[in-house]
Amino acid sequence: MSPNIVLVVTIGVLFAAGVYLLLERSLSRVLIGVILIGNGANLLFLVAGGAAGRPPIVGATPEGQMSDPLPQAMVLTAIVITLGMTAFLLAMAYRSWQLHRHDEVQDDVEDRNIARLAAANERATTDADTEVAAETLDEEAAEARDETDEGAPARVLEGER
Amino acid sequence: MSDLSWIVPLPVVIPLSAAGLALALYRRPNVQRLVSVTALSLVLAVSVTLLVLADDGPLVVDVGGWAAPVGIDLVADRLSALMLTISSAVTLCVLLYSLAQGGEDDEESAPVSIYHPTYLVLTAGVANAFLSGDLFNLYVGFEILLAASYVLITLGGTGERIRAGTIYIVVALLSSVLFLVAIAMIYAATGTVNLAQLALRLPEIDPGVRLVLQVLLLLAFAIKAAIFPLSAWLPDSYPTAPAPVTAVFAGLLTKVGVYAIIRAQTLLFPDGRLDDALLWAALATMVIGILGAVAQDDIKRLLSFTLVSHIGFMVFGIALATDLGYTAAIYYVAHHITVQTALFLVVGLVERAGGSTSLTKLGGLAKLTPVLAILFFVPAMNLAGIPPLSGFLGKVGLLEAGVQVGTPLAYVLVVGSVVTSLLTLYALVKAWNKAFWQTPSEPRPPVRLPFGMVAPTAALVAVGLLLTVAAGPLYAYTERAAVDLAERSPYVDAVLPDGERGQGVSDDVAEDEG
Repeated sequence: MSPNIVLVVTIGVLFAAGVYLLLERSLSRVLIGVILIGNGANLLFLVAGGAAGRPPIVGATPEGQMSDPLPQAMVLTAIVITLGMTAFLLAMAYRSWQLHRHDEVQDDVEDRNIARLAAANERATTDADTEVAAETLDEEAAEARDETDEGAPARVLEGER
Repeated sequence: MSDLSWIVPLPVVIPLSAAGLALALYRRPNVQRLVSVTALSLVLAVSVTLLVLADDGPLVVDVGGWAAPVGIDLVADRLSALMLTISSAVTLCVLLYSLAQGGEDDEESAPVSIYHPTYLVLTAGVANAFLSGDLFNLYVGFEILLAASYVLITLGGTGERIRAGTIYIVVALLSSVLFLVAIAMIYAATGTVNLAQLALRLPEIDPGVRLVLQVLLLLAFAIKAAIFPLSAWLPDSYPTAPAPVTAVFAGLLTKVGVYAIIRAQTLLFPDGRLDDALLWAALATMVIGILGAVAQDDIKRLLSFTLVSHIGFMVFGIALATDLGYTAAIYYVAHHITVQTALFLVVGLVERAGGSTSLTKLGGLAKLTPVLAILFFVPAMNLAGIPPLSGFLGKVGLLEAGVQVGTPLAYVLVVGSVVTSLLTLYALVKAWNKAFWQTPSEPRPPVRLPFGMVAPTAALVAVGLLLTVAAGPLYAYTERAAVDLAERSPYVDAVLPDGERGQGVSDDVAEDEG
């Protein structure tokens, strides 16, 4: 059996348009992209079910002319799931608009922070440990060997008390 | 044996019913809590029973009396039962932790009334994914747990959580569509979505088509399991959720993906044509994940990156495709679920005691709360794989399996995993030094950590230690599970005893015949 060419082309167009929209920044466009791709997948199921036939009801249709009911059941489940997800994404886009007056997907601040530090070739964290306290490792070790001693960290603590 | 098979659907049915009950009781938080705790305790008891029963052979239920290839079946074999037991222990601990957190701070981070029903739906989805013997039902299980996780990750709807949730949800939706496409193509090629029947039919189709199907399925699962290069969504989205939610996500959700990969690789596509590609992916996941962890300043993000990195260890074991490899991978999954969840719970406590999750701002916690220091140190060393803890045992198992395979690529992976372990140790020791030993920038008032939050965390750490103490029997169990997986016939025979149909008989048919 060769699949219906109209369906196959439609699936291709739905997926292409969906992928294009998914790459957008605005969440409502992403949402439409998800819907298009989801519908493309549903059509794919119909194609997977084989040739069209009459209603698969025992007694009403001779066995040879029935369409395959299983993929239709699966498509139904998938449609319901997509509906739920769409509703949730819509709610999120609305919430984003409430908070920021736009629904664009934002960058991760922490990611950019680390990228900026890496570009400037700086350390991720700076504190007493990373600062050079002494000339050599031995001197550093001698200075920091005991918490109760006159070591650098202890002094800081005392100073604050 | 078969007379007890009615308990197989319980891990799905109990939490789902309890979720409905909890939703109806949203005005009475105390009753709601009681319902959730009772439900998850029951699920734990059922899972342990299944763990024992499944050791004698897989338990199969044809749901609704519809025989297997047409109807949906639930299968509890050793792998499923083990995953179910670990996951229900973890979800129960996290629930108790979040109860205490809800009692301590009422608003903002505290779980609201929607938390309990959603959390129960999440556990039902996880259980459904583990038990499913049907590819489409596996998809439904994924969707149940994902839908619940969407709600949990955006709980409260703050700006930061909406940002993180957007990334998480769009990526998850995309992987779901990929999974759906894979199912449609598999149905078109074989005319079935039953896993056992697929195991019989897939070898008969064209090898090229089979490869396409395998790639599609693995892509969908790899996004869920966060395997490099499909892992970038995870560290961006997990850290912003409330601590218990992050903990349960980190512990369970990626492992459901790993479980699905194990099933697909063993039952559906045993010819292993993608093993080399998976090995490279495992190497990249391990090394790049841990390099990300080393660069982080926020301890939650650091742990998210170690999570990604250690998924690589499991994929390493799976991709070796030997009994030894599967054994070690399954043991590693069990170890990693408990240890990663425990660490995220501890970080929730650290945030409480130290007022931040930034390593620059934290300090002096070892003096402030020694109990917390111990609770962090044990799972941290466990994750890094310090002997004699379970992380070490799992890693040794993987190294042994790698050396046994002995190809140059396997040796590269062995070296890569040792380097990753060392870098994990480095990242965690850095976190330890900064958060617990560093002189605090400003002295913090002593805090009393609520017992209700410390106790479940301690319990999870103890489960991690139990995996070490009971490593002998557990390793033997995972080995038996791995042998069954590689052999495939126990699973297929249990589902389709005569190679054609399952054992389900609907009442109508039984009446007609009788």
